[in-house]
Amino acid sequence: MSNLIKNNAIVADEWTLITLPAPAEETVRKQAGKVVIFKITGESAATPEQISSTEIPEAAKIIVPLTVWQARKDELAARAARREVGIWLESFELLEDLINSVSDINSVPLIAIHFPRAVDGRGFSQATLLRTRYGYRNELRAIGDVLRDQLYFMNRCGFDAFSIRADRSAEDALASLRDFSDPYQGAVDNPLPVWRRHTRVAHHAAASGRVFTRSEDEVD
Amino acid sequence: MYTYDDIDQRLIDERVAQYRDQTRRYLAGDLTDDEYRPLRLQNGLYIQRHAPMLRIAVPYGLMNSRQLRKLADITRRYDKGYGHFSTRQNLQLNWPKLEDVPDILAELATVQMHGIQTSGSCIRAITTDQFAGIAPDEIVDPRPLIEILRQWSSFHPEFAGLPRKFKLAVSGSKQDRALVQAHDIGLEFYLDAENKIAIRVWVGGGLGRTPILGTVIREHLEWQHALTYCESILRVYNLYGRRDNAYKARIKILVKALGAEEFARQVEADWEHHKDSPSTITQAEFDRVASFFAPGRHATMPDQDAAFDAARASNPAFAAWAKRNVHSHKVPGYRAVTLSLKPTGIAPGDATAEQMEVMANLAEKYSFGELRVSHEQNIILADVKLGDLFTVWEIARVHGLATPNIGLLTDIICCPGGDFCSLANAKSIPIAQAIQEKFDDLDYLHDIGDLELNISGCMNSCGHHHIGHIGVLGVDKDGSEWYQITIGGKQGSDASIGTVIGPSFAAEEVPGVVSRLIETYIANRTEEERFIDTVRRLGIAPYKAHVYAKEAA
Repeated sequence: MSNLIKNNAIVADEWTLITLPAPAEETVRKQAGKVVIFKITGESAATPEQISSTEIPEAAKIIVPLTVWQARKDELAARAARREVGIWLESFELLEDLINSVSDINSVPLIAIHFPRAVDGRGFSQATLLRTRYGYRNELRAIGDVLRDQLYFMNRCGFDAFSIRADRSAEDALASLRDFSDPYQGAVDNPLPVWRRHTRVAHHAAASGRVFTRSEDEVD
Repeated sequence: MYTYDDIDQRLIDERVAQYRDQTRRYLAGDLTDDEYRPLRLQNGLYIQRHAPMLRIAVPYGLMNSRQLRKLADITRRYDKGYGHFSTRQNLQLNWPKLEDVPDILAELATVQMHGIQTSGSCIRAITTDQFAGIAPDEIVDPRPLIEILRQWSSFHPEFAGLPRKFKLAVSGSKQDRALVQAHDIGLEFYLDAENKIAIRVWVGGGLGRTPILGTVIREHLEWQHALTYCESILRVYNLYGRRDNAYKARIKILVKALGAEEFARQVEADWEHHKDSPSTITQAEFDRVASFFAPGRHATMPDQDAAFDAARASNPAFAAWAKRNVHSHKVPGYRAVTLSLKPTGIAPGDATAEQMEVMANLAEKYSFGELRVSHEQNIILADVKLGDLFTVWEIARVHGLATPNIGLLTDIICCPGGDFCSLANAKSIPIAQAIQEKFDDLDYLHDIGDLELNISGCMNSCGHHHIGHIGVLGVDKDGSEWYQITIGGKQGSDASIGTVIGPSFAAEEVPGVVSRLIETYIANRTEEERFIDTVRRLGIAPYKAHVYAKEAA
């Protein structure tokens, strides 16, 4: 069964995610005695060796790492022209690098953003910028440590596809897209803040008892 | 104060349901500790030394009698019958059970309260001056803007996974009492050259391990743009703040690394793209929210009351309290009262369920049914008539709420420390109590005058020791508890970070060290000087010499 949620439903995944091979030497970095989990924004995501040795299968639709896309664009050009090449970026990669690597962001049929851990929220801003400043309209997919409790936020930031972590149920995760029914602030899904969506009462009305407060007067 | 409508209420009800389900999944083993941690933290639940700790939001420190009664009720039913008011102007429960927390949150939701974003790597509860709306030096009441910011920041999807915690403070008065320079973002209302209200934007302040006062990145911001401008600051921080090292993840480190000018340039560059977006605050929305805080409920009275004057003249104990615990008010005939949660022998900021009920009743009878929590960990009745002050004092005194020590040495700011907190290097409450016991002579205390003594049990600085006139910091040396002393810190518009006077001390030495600091002050002060003024004039040398003289002898 697929673990991909798209447009509020579980759907089959037509795309193959291409990952980089492990680097030749993995150096464990430490800061203040702790193993570094997250890379600093702007760090390089791959060595030239990793990029060149990444195997790109003949599968019809592929999502390639940004670094591979940047370095091997010519090789992928024909497939990209058929809209069969998506691009994914790490939370620490620069969105500007993706933007500069294509002539028109909407020529890319799918962009995926990787969440190395659920608590790394950089992808929320990357998604927001893609949808607003850069006007990206095609599929925007969250991949990596994608768990149900982040889905509501991701959806509001413009993600429309969620590749739920393999060991978790996408069925259960669907429910969390509806965690809140009427949020306060504007975001990508609806730029209007609550006060532009509803007529809300001022204090004089509250004082006259027209406001619903649950334990005092259950009138509404 | 702000009252929920059905939109606010539905959001917190949905939050209770969401958190109940998250907790159910955790207890069923469907969420690991690591996965549950950020979820519970963003709802104020820490796992602590002895038990979980639940931090309940009191938005900008403002609550009503009904809410405080509910808090008292909760401490009786789910905790040990007391709560701790913290420097974040909120209430902490020290002994709730993890599995009871969804029920506690459901109880809180019935009185329009919650634990949303009181912890975790997100935009935290926004704080302000405890005298907002009543201070004579106020330029603009900051509360409507804070309420708008509170709503905007609650479950903000883009900023749900920041590198680290993020704190905002808003000040609306000439003298800053909101610590705008010690927050990730400080918004300071002021009147510009054309006498128009504007906001000065500070970023990158913070205490903690690396105490830094903020920098102004925009001198003049129209209030309509407060949300979009904060959004840009947070976006730059979210994208570029360090995530490789938790100790370097606050925005202050990013601002220092880039330089304030470059940081400001990046913020402005982002802001250009969306500055007039629908999040621009309209006058209508501002006015609607402001209507909840509108003045006009005060009676018209002279600023004098014969009975009050007579009581003050005939009753020295009342006079001492009126001098320290009663504060001026912009409306004639009214005063603000601080109910001291700092009697000797009680952990600073702690209140029993019974005291909470007494305070709720006092507020209901004498102060429009509203109370405020100050970051100095006391409770304020903001609108008491002059003629009611004596009665309020009598009732407060019976319940241990009238210690006349506001702004004095024993009005200590103190974190829960090693008795409760798993981060702490050292205990802080026993240090506060030992100092309070040493300085139990009221006449001497009043003679010493204004003095802020702040204690933190570790460098996370919840007790704001860096900005105490005297700061005490618990440190760990080879597994035992030691205390480092700083002097010369100060909150306010002329804020400063204190200087360490020298090697640290054992717990039992701390009260004696404080005595020697006070002796140095008294020996050197001029007529008008407060402790902090003398430190600023003389530097730390004479204090240091006197404190360490004993060791040399």
